[in-house]
Amino acid sequence: MVSIATENACVDFPIFDAKSRSLKKTVLGMVGGNIASGGKVPIIEALRDITVNLEHGARVGLVGHNGAGKSTLLRLLAGIYEPTRGTARVVGRVAPVFDLGVGMDPEISGYENIIIRGLFLGMTRKQMEERVDDIADFTELGDFLAMPLRAYSTGMRVRLALGVVTSIDPEILLLDEGIGAVDAAFLDKARQRLSDLVDRAGLLVFASHSDEFLMQLCDSAIYMEHGRIKQQGELREVLRAYKGHEVYGRGEARPAEPQAS
Amino acid sequence: MAVTASTAPSISWRRAAEDLSTGWAQRQLWGHLGWQDIRQRYRRSVLGPIWISISMAVTAVALGILYAGLFGNPLETQLPYILVGFIIWGFIAGCISEGSDVFVANEGLIKHLPSPISVHVYRLVWRQVLFFAHNLVVYVVMLLIFPQPLNWSLLLALPALGLLALNGAWVALAFGIVTTRFRDLLPITQSLVQLLFFMTPIVWIYEDLVNSPNESIAARARLAELNPLLHFVEILRRPMLGLSTEWRHWAVVGVITVIGWFGTLVIMRKYRARVSYWV
Repeated sequence: MVSIATENACVDFPIFDAKSRSLKKTVLGMVGGNIASGGKVPIIEALRDITVNLEHGARVGLVGHNGAGKSTLLRLLAGIYEPTRGTARVVGRVAPVFDLGVGMDPEISGYENIIIRGLFLGMTRKQMEERVDDIADFTELGDFLAMPLRAYSTGMRVRLALGVVTSIDPEILLLDEGIGAVDAAFLDKARQRLSDLVDRAGLLVFASHSDEFLMQLCDSAIYMEHGRIKQQGELREVLRAYKGHEVYGRGEARPAEPQAS
Repeated sequence: MAVTASTAPSISWRRAAEDLSTGWAQRQLWGHLGWQDIRQRYRRSVLGPIWISISMAVTAVALGILYAGLFGNPLETQLPYILVGFIIWGFIAGCISEGSDVFVANEGLIKHLPSPISVHVYRLVWRQVLFFAHNLVVYVVMLLIFPQPLNWSLLLALPALGLLALNGAWVALAFGIVTTRFRDLLPITQSLVQLLFFMTPIVWIYEDLVNSPNESIAARARLAELNPLLHFVEILRRPMLGLSTEWRHWAVVGVITVIGWFGTLVIMRKYRARVSYWV
C-alpha cells in the first residue's frame, strides 16, 4: 500500500564553516569542555514538526515563498533526508523529479542517459530498453538521441528528463518546479502526459508557483511557511490563504469584478 | 527502488544492514555506472581503456629496469615483482583515496535521488575490479616474456582479490562517511596513500631485504610487517608470482576484515542518515 506518513518530523542542517569543518576544532574541543556559544555548529532549522499523512490517490500541491521549505519537504518525503527528530515513513516506489540535470552525464549519448536515469529510478535495463522508442517519440529528439548529451540545448535536456520520468510508472511521484526551459507546444504535450502519469501514480506531491498547473494536477495542498506547515487542506482554500485572493483554474468562469466606481 | 517499508528507526543496525543489502540488489545500476566510469575516462581517445594497461606497463617496465640496476637484481625477478605489485597497489590505492571522496564526489546524486549510500561504494569497488581486470592483460604479456613458476596456488588469487574487494568496500564506506564530515581528511588520506606506497614493498623486494646480511637493514625491513597493506599485497602477489603460500598474511587480512567491517557497521548505524545532510 502506497503511503507517506510523517510525525513531528524535523530537518536541521548543521552549517560547518571552513573553520569548524575540520578535525582541529573537534580534537581540541574535546579538551576543556563545551564552549557554550562559539563551540557549537550553527544549525538551520529547515523543517519543523511536519506531520502529514498521505494515502493512495492523494494529489497534493506544495505552495509557499522561496525558502519556506518546499524542496526540503519533498526530499524528506522522498526519503533522501531522514528526519533529525520525529519519524517519516515512506512506502512505495519513489520517482523524484527535482533537478532535471542531475544524474545526466554530458559525455554519453541521450540513449545511454535514458537507460541510466531509468536504472536510478528503479527500473531494469530491459524495461528501459522497451521504453526507449516511446521516449524518443515523445521527446521528438530523433537522431539526437545518439549524440552525446553535451550537444543538447537546455530545453532538449528537459525534454529528455521529462520523457524518462513520464514513461515509467512510479507509485509516488514528487515534482519540483523547474520545467520552464521547454517551448510552449512541448509544455502542452508534457502537461497531458504528466496528468496521465498522475492518474497512474498512486500519490503525487507537486511544488509549484503556477496556480494553473496546480489546479490541473492537484486537489489538496500544503502551505509552507518558515519550515512549518501553515495550512493543509483543500487546494482552493489553501491557495486563497496563500495568495490572499480567490484563485481560478483554466476555463473557469470568474465572477464579475465589482465595478470600480 | 527506495521502497522504504522499514519501520526501524533511522539509527539502527537493521537500517545499516538494509542499506548494504538494498544497495547490493541494485547491481544493474552500479554495474552499469562502473563500466560507464571507465569508458568515460577514455572517451574520445583512440585507444580508449587500453591506455590503462599501457600506462601501467610503461611505469612498471621503467621502474623495473631502474630498480633492477639499483638493487643489483636480475631483471627477470625485479620486473615481474614490481609489475604485479603495481597492479595490486592500483586496486588498493584506488579504494582508499577514491573511497574517502566517494560521497563528496557524488553529492548531486545523493541530494537528488533516494538510494542507499552503499550503491556509490559498490560502484567504486566494481570500477577498481574492472581496472584490475584490465591490467591483467599486462600481467599475461609479462608471463609470456618472463615465465613464472606458477602452480595450483594461483587459484588463491581469486579469494585474495575477493578479500581485497571486501576490505575496499568497508574502507570506502568508513573513510567516505568520516571524510564527508571532516573535509580535511581528504588531503591527509591522499598523502598517506602516497607515503604507504613507499612503506609497502612494491618496488623493493621484501624477502631480499629481510634476509639481508646487513643486520640493520634486515631489522628495518621487518618493520614492514607492521604495515597492514603488506599483508594485503602479499596474499595476492604470492600466488600471482607462483611463490609459496604464507598463511600468516591471510590470517592478518582475515582479522582486519572482521574488525574493519565491525567498525564500519558501527559508523554506518550512527551516521548513515547524516551523509545526505553533510555532503
